[in-house]
Amino acid sequence: MMTIDIPTWVNLAALFGGGLAMGLGAIGAAIGEGYTAAHADMALSQNPESSGDIIKTMLVGQAVAESAAIFALVVAILLLFLNVPNPSLAKAAALVGASLSMGLGAIGSGIGSGMPGGKACMGIAAKPELSGRLTMNMLIGSAVCQTPAILAMIIALMLMFIDFGSDPLKIAALGSAGLAMGLGAIGSGIGSGYPGGEACVGIARQPRMSVGLTTNMLIGSAVCQTPAIFAMVVALILVFMDFSGAPLYPKWAAFLGAGISTGFAAIGSGIGGGMTAGGSCEGIARQPETVGTVTTTMLVGQAVSQTPAIFGLLVSFILMFKTFPESTALSASMALVGAGVSMGFGGIGPGIGNGMVAQSAVRWVARNVEHAGDMVRTMLVAQAVSQSTAIYAMVVSLVLIFVV
Amino acid sequence: MAIEGVDIVKAAAFLGAGLAMGLGAIGPGVGEGMVGAKACEAIGRNPKEAGLLTRTMLVGQAVSESTGIYSLVIALLLLFVV
Repeated sequence: MMTIDIPTWVNLAALFGGGLAMGLGAIGAAIGEGYTAAHADMALSQNPESSGDIIKTMLVGQAVAESAAIFALVVAILLLFLNVPNPSLAKAAALVGASLSMGLGAIGSGIGSGMPGGKACMGIAAKPELSGRLTMNMLIGSAVCQTPAILAMIIALMLMFIDFGSDPLKIAALGSAGLAMGLGAIGSGIGSGYPGGEACVGIARQPRMSVGLTTNMLIGSAVCQTPAIFAMVVALILVFMDFSGAPLYPKWAAFLGAGISTGFAAIGSGIGGGMTAGGSCEGIARQPETVGTVTTTMLVGQAVSQTPAIFGLLVSFILMFKTFPESTALSASMALVGAGVSMGFGGIGPGIGNGMVAQSAVRWVARNVEHAGDMVRTMLVAQAVSQSTAIYAMVVSLVLIFVV
Repeated sequence: MAIEGVDIVKAAAFLGAGLAMGLGAIGPGVGEGMVGAKACEAIGRNPKEAGLLTRTMLVGQAVSESTGIYSLVIALLLLFVV
């Protein structure tokens, strides 16, 4: 049997991680830039006279979307040439975690930041005189979309450059930290693209509301960052908490479950919160006088959309902080991984569903503000029903943790 | 880590329960969201029928919920019966 020594494992992890980080990290930016260019083409066909402004804005927008992939490129190159002073299996896991964090974490930001660019080009075609204002709003909107990728890069750099010792439990903790941050950044990145795009459409439709629309966009996309921040909290706990003394079996599975739970559940809430924010920008542009009611409804809808991510965070905290009796049985470990899988996957659908409801509600509250009460009530009822499967998923998770 | 026959079956049942409920929750969540979105839109267009629309929304969502309940049943069977 071939034996591989520890420095070789670290080297393997670094090279594998370099490829993974760049491969995954290239997905989002390319899609986002394609979206921008597709809309720029439509804009050019509508208004060929403004081709100079449209192409300039397209290129600036694509450059911002590209930054997510550039972060991944930097992390990939660092991984390829990394010099590890104290090689250990924990360090090898940390390097794979770093690549997952950066690679997965760049997907959402790349996709999301393409949306403001595309919509800004469409806006310029409709109202060429607003080109400067639209480009500025696009830049603000797509810069916010980069936040999750930046959080993912911070975690990736920590995993690469901090020395973690050689506790075998750290292998699971560090790999899961990267997984949590990478997955958790996807939804927030995509989500914050919606308000950025709709605010650009809105400014072109209703130029006198441009300041209000940029403000509403910023509030909405800030709320979209919540799931990515939850994921970062879980990742930081996994990286820095001192878990020494906990039994390796089944605690390793608890860490993996914790990463999966928050990481996946954050995807739905991030996208859902973004759809809601996008709907409110659209509504405000149509009916500027309803801005107060629409922003309030947006915040209520977004808050409810965050629930699945909060469930995911809760299950992660239980998995990380509960003491589990030592057991080398495979079933004891798989119960904890299963708990993470149930809550993580189970949170995706309700998060998106809640966002759809709230998006539609805010759009129609703007159009028919005197019946806002009816719509908010129906929105809350529909969101509660849509939430039910996330609650089932949490129940199954808790049964897996506490009962079986 | 010692792995025995009974243990591996239980391990598969636990992981399977997580997968069944987790994946099974995606569809109803999105589907019920679509129903709710259209109901809000419909009330916006025709607020006089808010009661009827909300009632119809709930019936539609209850049907969409059924696959989530199947998933829950299968997950609980995997956990406690099989």
